[in-house]
Amino acid sequence: MLKIENLHARVEGKEILKGLSLTVNPGEVHAIMGPNGAGKSTLGNVLSGRDGYEVTAGSVSFDGVDLLQLPPEARAAAGVFLAFQYPVEIPGVNNTYFLRTALNAQRKARGEKELDSMQFLKLVREKLKVMQISDELLHRAVNEGFSGGEKKRNEIFQMAVLEPKLAILDETDSGLDIDALKQVAQGVNAQRSPERAFLVITHYQRLLDYIEPDFVHVLAGGRIVESGDKTLALKLEEHGYAWVREPGEPAGAAA
Amino acid sequence: MNQPAPVPFVASLLDAPLTASGIAWLDALRREHLAAFAAAGLPDTRTEAWKYTALRALGQRRYANGDAQAATRAIDPAVFALPGVDGPRLVFVNGVFRADLSALDELPAGLVLQPLSQALRQDAEPLRFVLSRHQPEQGDAFVRLNAALAGDGVVLKVVAGAKIAAPVHLVFLGAPAEGELAWHLRHVVELGEGAELALVEHHAAGGEQQHLGTTVGDITLRDGAVLRQVLFQQAATGSSLIRRSRLQLGARAQAMLHVLELGGALVRHELRAELAGDGARLDTRGVFMPHGRQHIDTQLAIRHQALDTASESVWRGVADQRGRGVFRGAILVAPGADGSDASLSNKNLLLSGQAEIDTKPELEIYADEVKAAHGATVGQLDERSLFYLRSRGIPQDEARTLLTAAFCRAVLDDLPNAALREHLAALLVA
Repeated sequence: MLKIENLHARVEGKEILKGLSLTVNPGEVHAIMGPNGAGKSTLGNVLSGRDGYEVTAGSVSFDGVDLLQLPPEARAAAGVFLAFQYPVEIPGVNNTYFLRTALNAQRKARGEKELDSMQFLKLVREKLKVMQISDELLHRAVNEGFSGGEKKRNEIFQMAVLEPKLAILDETDSGLDIDALKQVAQGVNAQRSPERAFLVITHYQRLLDYIEPDFVHVLAGGRIVESGDKTLALKLEEHGYAWVREPGEPAGAAA
Repeated sequence: MNQPAPVPFVASLLDAPLTASGIAWLDALRREHLAAFAAAGLPDTRTEAWKYTALRALGQRRYANGDAQAATRAIDPAVFALPGVDGPRLVFVNGVFRADLSALDELPAGLVLQPLSQALRQDAEPLRFVLSRHQPEQGDAFVRLNAALAGDGVVLKVVAGAKIAAPVHLVFLGAPAEGELAWHLRHVVELGEGAELALVEHHAAGGEQQHLGTTVGDITLRDGAVLRQVLFQQAATGSSLIRRSRLQLGARAQAMLHVLELGGALVRHELRAELAGDGARLDTRGVFMPHGRQHIDTQLAIRHQALDTASESVWRGVADQRGRGVFRGAILVAPGADGSDASLSNKNLLLSGQAEIDTKPELEIYADEVKAAHGATVGQLDERSLFYLRSRGIPQDEARTLLTAAFCRAVLDDLPNAALREHLAALLVA
């Protein structure tokens, strides 16, 4: 589904990703872990098409399409969803209106019939139950005045409504207390399916106690330096990132 | 004495002889103003009030004086229909009153609504004071021009205590003619003590043309009167419109004004409000959206002259392409106007690198115990918000439109006429 090969990317002239390769198949949950500054968030931003990220080499194909050639909205319509580390507050834009506009724009781009307000409301009600979100949040402006936990739950709620093929969760655990973390994880788990893949970007292992990954990758110096199953996350938790070898260093030098 | 030759604009408007009204004081007044206009010509940008609005291009144009065919021009009433506005209506086409398009039958009790020409014919004397009290300042060329040439306009009175529920619709329509023409209208609005009125001033286009319209209006609110006014300007994109309104508020009188400036090539609106009675309150909300090569200039001057008066002004400007917006918001709290509460905010959005908005909030305070706040900003669409919307699948143009409309929303939020509010809000999205 997602095939990243030798990806190099620059931000403000500084090379952040230096040859990252990763393959994700439908139904899989991949965790991307790594120290601060390793390029974790850059990966999420490059995949979703944010301005200011310059890809200098490598390729990303998504269902056989060159993802890097598409504008952000087309990537969304193709099925890529980014749950933001810092969801943006947009005063004056109603949350429900925003979500319906987004869903219908995606459906239109895919040649599907747009939902009318009754159909949309029905869909929203179903998804609200899963996320345990108060419908009061729906009547407010997008993320405006939301608490940290509400913002992150709203991201997962949007994901539930938009039903992407690939969901990228960028540090979704940051700033959450343990209760909020559990709620968010429960929302994510409810959406796991054989058709949907997840890329869970996180600094800490604790999120992976609640969202159990199939694969764990360690990103350091702009490349994936270790891959394994969920036990790799536990090893990181125990030993920190210091043991992770920097690219270019001989394998095992710091182990 | 050698006078420099007048610019084509001035020369063309001096071409036609003044039509006599048969009212001696009025004809004398008109001659006086025309002579003053001819002598002073158009102000240039060295005049402070016109610093950001250059009239050089206008000065090179020629206009015919009025439209002799206006009475017979075919007009589709759909071009001025507005949801939530189906009360009494007065329609002018190219500055000429059209009884056939107006709705003046069965006016509600307490409402007087008629064309100025008709009111003057019936009894000019009650209008003598208000029509004579111009005190033109430097650069008031258009006020003089209007005083000299306006033969018609709106006379609207609400008697003391009357509450007029259905909004009164004043329509000023520019219609294509054989050439470019200039029209001038003079309005007099008065609300008696405790009277209430909802008013919609509507500038619309009955087809593309490049006419010039000027209007001068006096609005007087006696003690305790309440005015809710919507000023909806959607004139033809080639036309020019220059307006001055004076608003006088008596004790405890309240005015709420919602302004939408969308159309026109060269547009200027000067609103001068005087909070003359204790406890008077004025709320203004406005948005101007120049695009293409439009130039939209708003000049707001609010004087607090009495105790415990309040004014709140919330304005938004959005300029796209090569559009140019000008906003001046001047608040003056006069000596003795203690307890005044004045606030003014003007936030602006530039959607293109070639768009420009010049904003100038001014605050002068000569009284004690005053609350005053003002601020202005000019910025661009927030890139993070734009990306957030696009990452959810909303195409770039739609995302920009959505954010622009959201930026302007505060202006319409407290407009009480829901049907009209929805209609106007949809235009912010278009």
